[in-house]
Amino acid sequence: MTQNQSNYLEFEGISKNFAGVNALSKVSFGCAEGEIHALIGENGAGKSTLLKCLAGNYTPNAGRIIIEGRPVIFNSTADALDKGIAIIYQELNLLPESSVEENIFLGQLPTKGWRIDWKTLHANTKKALARLNLDFSPEIMLKSLSIGQRQMVEIAKALTRNAKIIAFDEPTSSLSSREIERLFAVIAELKAEGKIILYVSHRMEEIFRICDKITVFKDGKFVITYPDVKKVTTEMLVKSMVGRDVSNIYDYAPRDHGQVRLEINNFLAPGLKTPANLKVKGGEIVGLFGLVGAGRSELLKGIFGGTRSTAGQVAIDGQKAIIKSPIDAITRGLVFCPEDRKSDGILGIHSVRDNINISARRNSLIGRIIINSGWEKANAAKRILELNIKTPTDLQLIRNLSGGNQQKAILGRWLSESIRCIMFDEPTRGIDVGAKNEIYNLIYKLALSGIAVIVVSSDLPEVLGVSDRIVVMRDGSIVGELTHDEATEEKALELAMIPDVAA
Amino acid sequence: MTQNQLPVPASTAKHKWPNFGNIWDTFGMLFVFVLLFFVCSLLIPNFFTWINMKVLGLSVSVVGMVACGMVFCLVIADLDLSVGAVVACAGVVTSWVLQQTDNMFLGIASGLACGAFFGLMNGVFVAIMKNNALIVTLATQQVARGAAYTICGGVPIGIMNEKFYLLGDSDILGIPTPIILMAICFIIFGFLLSNTIFGRNSLAIGGNNEAARLAGINVVKTKIIIFTLTGLVSAFAGIVLTSRLTSGQPMNGMGLELNAISACVLGGVALTGGIGRMPTVIAGVLILGTVENAMNLLNVNTFTQYIVRGLILLAAINLDQYKQKLRLK
Repeated sequence: MTQNQSNYLEFEGISKNFAGVNALSKVSFGCAEGEIHALIGENGAGKSTLLKCLAGNYTPNAGRIIIEGRPVIFNSTADALDKGIAIIYQELNLLPESSVEENIFLGQLPTKGWRIDWKTLHANTKKALARLNLDFSPEIMLKSLSIGQRQMVEIAKALTRNAKIIAFDEPTSSLSSREIERLFAVIAELKAEGKIILYVSHRMEEIFRICDKITVFKDGKFVITYPDVKKVTTEMLVKSMVGRDVSNIYDYAPRDHGQVRLEINNFLAPGLKTPANLKVKGGEIVGLFGLVGAGRSELLKGIFGGTRSTAGQVAIDGQKAIIKSPIDAITRGLVFCPEDRKSDGILGIHSVRDNINISARRNSLIGRIIINSGWEKANAAKRILELNIKTPTDLQLIRNLSGGNQQKAILGRWLSESIRCIMFDEPTRGIDVGAKNEIYNLIYKLALSGIAVIVVSSDLPEVLGVSDRIVVMRDGSIVGELTHDEATEEKALELAMIPDVAA
Repeated sequence: MTQNQLPVPASTAKHKWPNFGNIWDTFGMLFVFVLLFFVCSLLIPNFFTWINMKVLGLSVSVVGMVACGMVFCLVIADLDLSVGAVVACAGVVTSWVLQQTDNMFLGIASGLACGAFFGLMNGVFVAIMKNNALIVTLATQQVARGAAYTICGGVPIGIMNEKFYLLGDSDILGIPTPIILMAICFIIFGFLLSNTIFGRNSLAIGGNNEAARLAGINVVKTKIIIFTLTGLVSAFAGIVLTSRLTSGQPMNGMGLELNAISACVLGGVALTGGIGRMPTVIAGVLILGTVENAMNLLNVNTFTQYIVRGLILLAAINLDQYKQKLRLK
């Protein structure tokens, strides 16, 4: 059965389905000791589901997980922990209000009789931190650490539990480049100690840098395992991920621009330092670039009425718009797709249909208050078809969809309105190559129909790739502007980072 | 726009049959009630009689009306602990005004105004001041209860207005008026919850407050309306109760908030917000009422009844959790 006896961890025909929908089917591959194994695939391809099976969160419907030649069955996360499995999730499972030492030894605090043995706890925590070359005090509150440091705490926690298999789910998505270097150094050490690292990421350059083998998933199925990363190219990976060639995922083409549709003058909102001025024409895509904390999201949220603006005017199609709350913006055709879909975008426990109709239903009421369920059903069906949202039915809970499909549902919500200007905050965050391309094409289509588009992104190639014009922000202020043709990564970064370059 | 694409994603075609979880969500509690009712009819003498049915209906009429408002509070992931005190206060205000003026319309109107005032107060503190609903409504509970005692000086206020008795002590087509009024409340609030934009917005707010706000829902306004409506319907229940008792009593409705919450949770309303339907809440109200009625017929001691009620509440929340787990799997 097992192809390779030397593999420490082996997945054998793992399948998992939810309410009749296959999330994973017949996934088989193995990992040896001291191996860094990348798992890649589009969102909804099954990587996270596989990790959850490994962690004991889900029980597979079929197949076996084999560790050291023996099949194991996990009924709970505690079972998995006992077998030396630790998963470092994107959203960390730590207690912000507790100290580092309490977090690391949570559930296994050393005791002296009835009391906690703080001395031993201190000493053990110091040892655990020293192993990862971390220099902060064991007593410091977790909430005062950066995301990168918290991740290190999570790794330290895994190591004190003698984890042998450590899986990382998108570990670098919110780290600074220095923190990423440190993480990679730690991962290299873990590899040298013979640990098995599973590494889920969308970032190709990282995978090529640190991983040994790559396994590709597509639509819940195992596609291929590349045993030697040196013999693989990005093109090969992308091709096996999407099953087609994606030479240039941006497919940019210039468009004609019309009249100015959105104009803001001397605009100030919480998080902005100098008054912002910006004009966006119909059919134009303006990319808003800046480093994290530059005020891009704050500007969008302020324009949309998500926060109260403190000064300045907004005009839509030349008409002054007083926007005090999101509904004021929406009724004027100005809409916003937020960055954090889970907390600001979707209603996870409600259906795709309700998520699409939540806003536009007010325009189709019977007698001003009664829901027109026939219209809602038809509208949801129309958007699902138009945007190619992959869902078993429109009554499926939206949290069961992949990130890309959730984003499309939010877009469907706004397409149900008559929109004149749309603002995207990180439209493709956590969305993989194939779905990204789909989202870009939708953005182009919106622009082509004469809508003014603003796209905020931290992904520099993306901003350069999709925008007609790039507006750069730094430290709560707009500091410069580049056209599509003159923009390069260097120019944009210089503007975003160095105070005196602003032209 | 994309007509030439594959019209339907492949996975859409299969999976037509409704799954068991959905059926249980929709009809589970109704089924439990029918079963309970059937067993009681078989085993308890005098249970399935016209007189006892009237007794049962009357006994749940107050909690039923209050539950109508409570559903909305729970659906937006808040709750209202002041409903019991509002029932008492509205009754006392109505009977005091009746005593002073002998004007039935004025009496009822001032009782309702009293309920709306306390509800509005809850709404303003919760929605605008962003205070925790548990604490705000606990405070309102004290204020309303205190106001009830203060107005009547601690002594029930008797009512002489005979027309006012009709509200609680008359029949329509052989059915006691309070039961009819409760049914009307169920229909109105049930319709509001499932079929109006107000109800859908309430569900959306409970599902994800921030996302609902960014989707253009006026969260503050919706919350204020919900608390005001809850105060209003509680006051109405208090007025009907006062009519039945022919006097305004400041100790009415003690512990009523917990019964109403129990009924809602039994009826499948998620305490985390965003999920709730009126038909199952009605089943929850009837289950509670039937158990209480059965215990009375079996001469179970009042003190023991409290224990049973507590255990039912525990069972209800665990059922709720179990269902949520089912949904996740």
